[in-house]
Amino acid sequence: MPFDPTIAAIRFGIGLSPTIAAPSSVADMLARLTGPDTIAAEVPIPTYTDVYPSPLDYRQATRALTQARGTDGEDAADEHRRQVRQDGTDAMLSFVKADLIRAAYTEDGFRERLVRFWADHFTARPTKGIDRHLISPYIEEAIRPYVAGNFADMLIAVVGSPMMIWFLDQHQSMGPNSQAARGGNKGLNENLARELLELHTLGVGGGYQPSDVRALAELLTGVSASAQDGGYFRPSHAEPGPELVLGVEYGGGEASIEDVNAGLRGLAMHPDTARHLARKLVTHFVGPSPSLTLVDAMAARYLQDGGALFGMYEVLLEHEDAWNSVARNVKQPFDFIVSSMRALGVERDEISNAENVAIRRYIHRPMTVMGQTWQRPVGPDGWPEEEENWITPQGMAGRITWSMQVPQNLLDHLPDPRAFVYTALGPTPPEAVLFAANAAETVSDGVGLVLASAAFQRR
Amino acid sequence: MDRRKFLIGGAALGCSAAASPFVTPVAMAAAPWDARLVVIILRGAMDGVDVIQPYGDPALAELRPTLVTGKAADLDGFYALHPAFEPLRPLWNAGEFGAVQAVSTPYRDKRSHFDGQDILEAGLPDLSGGGLRDGWLNRMLQVVPGLEPEVAFAIGREQMLVLSGDAPASRWSPDARLSISPNARALLSVVHHDDPLFRDASEDAIAIAEQISLQADLAQETETMMAESPMMEAVSRGGEHVKIAEFAASRMRADTRIVSFSINGWDTHAHQSNGMKNGARALTDTILTLKAGLGAAWDKTAVLCLTEFGRTARENGSGGTDHGTGGAMLYAGGALRGGQVVGEWPGLGESDLYAGRDLLPTRDVRAHVAWVMRGLIGLDQAVLEQAIFPGLELGPNPGLVR
Repeated sequence: MPFDPTIAAIRFGIGLSPTIAAPSSVADMLARLTGPDTIAAEVPIPTYTDVYPSPLDYRQATRALTQARGTDGEDAADEHRRQVRQDGTDAMLSFVKADLIRAAYTEDGFRERLVRFWADHFTARPTKGIDRHLISPYIEEAIRPYVAGNFADMLIAVVGSPMMIWFLDQHQSMGPNSQAARGGNKGLNENLARELLELHTLGVGGGYQPSDVRALAELLTGVSASAQDGGYFRPSHAEPGPELVLGVEYGGGEASIEDVNAGLRGLAMHPDTARHLARKLVTHFVGPSPSLTLVDAMAARYLQDGGALFGMYEVLLEHEDAWNSVARNVKQPFDFIVSSMRALGVERDEISNAENVAIRRYIHRPMTVMGQTWQRPVGPDGWPEEEENWITPQGMAGRITWSMQVPQNLLDHLPDPRAFVYTALGPTPPEAVLFAANAAETVSDGVGLVLASAAFQRR
Repeated sequence: MDRRKFLIGGAALGCSAAASPFVTPVAMAAAPWDARLVVIILRGAMDGVDVIQPYGDPALAELRPTLVTGKAADLDGFYALHPAFEPLRPLWNAGEFGAVQAVSTPYRDKRSHFDGQDILEAGLPDLSGGGLRDGWLNRMLQVVPGLEPEVAFAIGREQMLVLSGDAPASRWSPDARLSISPNARALLSVVHHDDPLFRDASEDAIAIAEQISLQADLAQETETMMAESPMMEAVSRGGEHVKIAEFAASRMRADTRIVSFSINGWDTHAHQSNGMKNGARALTDTILTLKAGLGAAWDKTAVLCLTEFGRTARENGSGGTDHGTGGAMLYAGGALRGGQVVGEWPGLGESDLYAGRDLLPTRDVRAHVAWVMRGLIGLDQAVLEQAIFPGLELGPNPGLVR
């Protein structure tokens, strides 16, 4: 098998590093993935359940302020609530830094890439200003633990997460014949059910009907979330009676989250889901128009393994397409920035001690110009894969400007471009990049040219 | 022709208001017509039944107990205007704002935003071609003789399929700038020589950035026009949508003839009254800004506001509506005959609804767009039915163009 350490690091990891060795084999990559998640332990991000400030912290602060109105305590309560809000902003910033450090220093780059892939597959967006910092904890809780596990477990964790429930309005939904709907005019909301079928499982081309969307929406009734309880199940909102989803009947007895989870497991094991996930993985890691035999082989392995993701990855990494010497994808803006920081060897302390303004100036704002706003894709379908979406005149202006201007602000001493071209691109960089790195007028131009090159931007 | 030369589109820099916030090409070919076409994609599926409320239909109030508040004021004895759209009332009275009711693209049943938007922007009857990445505005650029592609551009960070395709149209947004030394610039072209995607994007970025210092007058002029227009008092300042509308107006006072951009946020599954307020604010701001910024050119302008599909006739349990089928197209501009709601109303009775839940589309919205293009630009029926909107039957003229 034509395994190549440079391709392994760039295409399936964050990129090359001057201090961390590239993977030595597919077995090495997979062993790290199934081993302990060391970088997450070293650079922790709290889960949604553990995060401070939580929506409940904010609600309590707001209640305290309401109660203190007109009393001597009003100023203190006001100040406390302001502080909780500020703590949320600070928390978000610390999570960005944690992501940067993890990416720059992990020895298990494939895992980081999978976390981002699945977080994008299950895109959730904050629905309230005070929830802005909760995307990373959502990923830490519902995505990260499952990337090498079983897809159904991830699906169940996502559907149970308040961030997804709020994002897709599931907390608004109740069965038309549920106890809660009686007397009121409240009813069903199909949003989550639709995206589950269209995006998360079978895919928009999958074999489902409008009636399946509705049945799944009715099966999902009762799934809800609150600041107090997080994700929880409200039998009073559940539609009574069984639901027929994709030809399988779920529920019918006393309403329970178990019925919902059984339905989700059914979706996870649908052959269309297997193909949808396989196709997305190959497109993301290898390039557009994936080979059908590879997709079918991955899908078959997934079904054979009862929905375990590991086997699919193994089939992918053992296929010759994975190691094609032509890099057909481009790094998305965040990946471009972190792979640059990794190649430059930016010090951990430089990242963890960075001021807010530096994170905005060197990470957030440039990413936006490059077309990717931090954790804010436009819709629940996440970021586009097509290279034309990213390599536009404007996107390229952002990438070039970052390459030329930012590295000197992250390092005390820029590396020698003549050596850096090998650090960043491996032992056989393209002749043109080698030439440019040697011919640049200044060190910062030389480093910038390497980073701005198609050879570095592609994977 | 040098590809780089005609790829240059508008560019925008978000700096101080005094400096030019936008950049445009210096040399632009004249288009073979004078009319301006603005296509606004309302992403998320606008609820046409809420915006242009058929209060004359007895079923409306029953289907929408909370959405119909009685605050919508009459338009024509049958329809009433959602209160959040009242800023457009003066345009309605002047015959410069109108709507087409009960229309949709040919897309049916799956009610997916993404497919719906693709079909809307591609202008095709369905997605059966697969892998579709060619928009109808772009196809128009390809088939109309004498039209120089550089007059078309898209603004904003999103990919606009409607302008994508073989005819080049470029895209730039606020906040973008390019910083590179002349020496590094030369070396970069060496580095990207063998990768056309990177080479072209880099060259275009450099070319656009080079225009930055060459153009400030148009934007300055727009600022002045805005400041002097009494209509702009109703417009909330500072939003990105207002900047985009100002930019578009500046460009269309010069040589640009086609502009397309999108306004998001119409997916009102819950608490529709809030979502509608925000959407209406963005859209009415945009239309008023276009009118103020276009000046005399407004009389030659058609603004078409299209959405991927309508929403359910019934409101749902959370004060919102779900994905539906038939909806409304809003339009504005001095070139169009406003002050009317066009279209055959199918009714909201149980048996009138599509699939028992949605407003039944009584005509293909593409026919209205096509008739506007025909009336405005004089495009051939065959070109419209075959190249631009394959599979469309033009049908009778709905009379939107003055």
